[in-house]
Parts: sequence; structure tokens; C-alpha cells
Amino acid sequence: MQNFACTINGKPVHIEVDPSKSLLDVLRKDLHLTGAKKGCGEGECGACTVLLDGLPVNSCIIPVMTANGREILTIEGLADNGELHPIQEAFIEAGAVQCGFCTPGVILSAKYLLDKYENPTKQEIMEELSGHLCRCTGYLQFYDAVHLAAQKIRHKGIKT
Amino acid sequence: MRIKQQLFPKTIEECIALLVEHEGKARVLAGGTDLFLWLKEGKAQAETLVDISLIEELKHFESDDKRMILGAALTHAEVAAHETVKSCFVALADGCRNVGSPQIRNIGTLGGNIVSAQPAADAVVPLVAMNAKCMIISASGKRTEDIENLFKGVGKSSVDPSRELITEIYVSKPAGRYGTGYVRMAPRDAMALPVVNAAVMVVARDGTITEARIVTSPVAVVPFRTKRAESSLIGKHVDDLSALGAAAQLAEREAQPRDSKVRGSGEYRKSLVKDIVERALIKAVEQIG
Ligand SMILES: Cc1cc2nc3c(=O)[nH]c(=O)nc-3n(C[C@H](O)[C@H](O)[C@H](O)COP(=O)(O)OP(=O)(O)OC[C@H]3O[C@@H](n4cnc5c(N)ncnc54)[C@H](O)[C@@H]3O)c2cc1C
Ligand code: FES
Ligand code: FES
Repeated sequence: MQNFACTINGKPVHIEVDPSKSLLDVLRKDLHLTGAKKGCGEGECGACTVLLDGLPVNSCIIPVMTANGREILTIEGLADNGELHPIQEAFIEAGAVQCGFCTPGVILSAKYLLDKYENPTKQEIMEELSGHLCRCTGYLQFYDAVHLAAQKIRHKGIKT
Repeated sequence: MRIKQQLFPKTIEECIALLVEHEGKARVLAGGTDLFLWLKEGKAQAETLVDISLIEELKHFESDDKRMILGAALTHAEVAAHETVKSCFVALADGCRNVGSPQIRNIGTLGGNIVSAQPAADAVVPLVAMNAKCMIISASGKRTEDIENLFKGVGKSSVDPSRELITEIYVSKPAGRYGTGYVRMAPRDAMALPVVNAAVMVVARDGTITEARIVTSPVAVVPFRTKRAESSLIGKHVDDLSALGAAAQLAEREAQPRDSKVRGSGEYRKSLVKDIVERALIKAVEQIG
């Protein structure tokens, strides 16, 4: 076991971890943050995506200790006091959520995208979301959701 | 698999000292996009992972009119977005931009791509076309090697990550005017291994080609240089499109891709080689202008 310290959703975390485990398994099993999903466990589907120091990564293929000392954002950290984040609202309103298995990961990549570009083009959305498989929606709704989220964020004048 | 510990050296010296201390039971870890899965599946063994992500020197980038130096721990995302790489060696930026997905590119590194030794590795194929070299450091000293010569077979590298560390990659800027090109064919634009890819570098003086390097993969167990196609271009004018086409045809003849259930039949991939080599050459000569 090794000491592991990081910040998750703005809160400091200190625990002992088995360094053989992936970041995803520690989030889900040790910390009970089950928002990040395990689809393939091999870096292929994007269901386990979290932001590590602001960048989308596949938490299933990252050894947990890699996140030591760093900042992690999971889907649980997005809503503010029970109020959904504009990106979450937009995904619901645009019909970009069906079974929801891919959704936490897609929304975190969308957050990275909207932090980077205020008003992303279709091409930029396609590229930044290309590491996500969705069995249900047909993907086109992701464009609408991201555009709608961009509008909402501009209206509210908030920083995502 | 049981990993006992993941250690975080802050300097190259500390990293080498840790590898020595754990004698064969430790291994360099960069992004882990390859290594962590191999450990899980029992395809690799290591009790101690020596994580190089906190070693600042390995993130170094430098460029002047003679050469470009890239730290081995730069990620594919960092290289693909780098304005100097895009303007000086667009083939490398394009190769890195095509690795896996954004999530993989945010953690996967150049050094890992080299040592994993997959013949069609998207950063390595352009690096071989660019005649790139790298610095390898171990307890017994330093050596500089052509990246091309590090490949010993599919997944086999002459770099031993339980003893050795790649620190930097060097690319010389050719004396004449030059251009590079990278083209990749895959079933879709993201998250798909290449059916075939090709990278080229063309150097010219006064509009006449003086050097050409053409690499295509996976058509052999290592990134494959089609040397007859390369030499056929020497002395040709950069505007001579038929010479580019003829070189691409020679490349097709030289390449011997195998039938693959995943990538397609050998015959199909052989004919693709001609097409992508020609397209890569056209991209390269366009930069010579
Ligand atoms: C879903 C998925 C998709 C992928 N798609 C692609 C693709 O499209 N194209 C492609 O080319 N690759 C692809 N890869 C493979 C992989 O992401 C790349 O090869 C990546 O560059 C590996 O880098 P890393 O930093 O993650 O290496 P690691 O996994 O950390 O290491 C790989 C090997 O290199 C050694 N090593 C790492 N750095 C050094 C160093 N500086 N010195 C000495 N040894 C070192 C390690 O010990 C290990 O043996 C994919 C992987 C996954 C999981
Ligand atoms: S579960 Fe991590 S990418 Fe599929
Ligand atoms: S909503 Fe079901 S997988 Fe995307």
C-alpha cells in the first residue's frame, strides 16, 4: 500500500491505496464516486473519463498513483449545491442523454472543450469528443448539447 | 499483477539510481497507456514503477535553425499542438494528432511510443522519416541512436526500460529546403489502428530533390523504408508529379504487408501503400514550394 493524496472535486483526499489499481477502481470502489463508469477497461470507450489537472483522461488505464498530488474532477464535482451545471442541463434538454452510461465522460470532455473554446465549431466538437463511444444517442445530439451549453454559459456569464 | 510501489524521481540521475537500486524489478513508466494494460494482463512484470512524469528535463523543447529537440516525456497532445512542430515538421504533428483519442494523447508520450515498438506507431513513423535520433541514458553511460535502429521486431525494442531511459529526441533541420508529409488510412478517424500509414521527408536544392526518406507501416515487423523509391527521387524536380507517382509505385512493390484479419488483406494494403505514399510526397513537396 502507498499513501495517496490528491484533490478530488475541490476537496483534499488522503488515503492508502494499492498501487496496482487503476484510478477508476479507486474512485469507484474506495471513494464510492461511481459517476465515472467502467465500459471497456482498456482506454477504448471513454466512459471512465475524468479531468486530471483539467485534461480529459481515461481513468481505467491510469495507475492510481499517477494522480498523486494532482487535481481530479469527476462528474460529481460539476453540480453546484444540487443545481445542475449548464452543460448538464444542456445535455438533458438536447436529448443527448439516453441510458446515461457514456454521459459522465462525454460531459467532462465537453467541459474541457468549453473551457478551451467559448464557441466551438462542429469540427472541434467532433475532435474533442472522438474518444467516446455512445451506444444510444447517435452522437448528433452531442453537437446540439454543446452549442446549447455554450449559449447557457455565455448568458449566465459564468466561468465553467 | 502486483505493483508494490510507484516512485517519482525528480531528475534523470534519480531515475537511473532507482532503476539500479531495484535491479531488473523496476521499470520506467511514462503515460502508462501501454504499460499499465500489459501489467494487468501479465504481459509485463514490474514490482516498482519509476514514473518519469515529474522530471522537468524530459518535457524540454528547443528549436533553432539547425535542429529541434523534444523531451521524451512530451505527450502526443503537446507535440501535436506545438506551433514550431507544425511549421517545421508537420508530419510529426499529424502523426501525434492521430494517436488514439484526445484522452490517450493527453497522457501517452513520445518515449513510450518509441519503446513500445509497434511498427505503425503514429509518432515513430514520421520520426523515422525525419531521420530522428534519441539519447539513451543508463548507469553505464549515454548513447545516441537512430530511432530507426531501435526496432528489433513487433513490440521489441533495443531499449531496456528496466535499465535505460530515453531522455531526448533530436531532429536535424536539413540544409536545403525541405518538407514532410504524413498520411494514415484507418477505418475511422479516431480510435482505430492504421490499416497502413506513411511518412516522408523530401529535401531539395534549387528545386531539385537531393534526399528523400519514405517510411510506410505496418508492412514489415519494423517501420519500413522503401529505399528504391527513395533513391528514384534523387535528381528529380520537385514539380515533377509523375516522378512522385513513379516513386509511390516503387514503394508499393517494395512493401510486403501480410494478410491481417484486423487491418485487411495484404493485397489491398499493398495497393493502398502507393496511394498514401503519393499523397504524403505531394504534401511534402508543397512545403518546398
Ligand atoms: C486505446 C488506445 C489507443 C491507442 N492508439 C494508438 C494509436 O492510434 N497510435 C499509436 O501509435 N499508439 C496508440 N496507442 C498506444 C500508446 O498510447 C502509445 O504507444 C503511447 O505513445 C505510449 O506512451 P506512454 O507514455 O503511455 O507509454 P507507457 O505505457 O508508459 O510505456 C510504454 C513502454 O515504454 C517504456 N518507456 C516509456 N517511456 C520511456 C522512456 N522515456 N525511456 C525508456 N522507456 C520508456 C515503458 O517501460 C514501456 O515499456 C493506443 C493505446 C491505447 C490504450
Ligand atoms: S472504461 Fe476506460 S475507456 Fe472504456
Ligand atoms: S446514452 Fe447510452 S451510451 Fe450514450
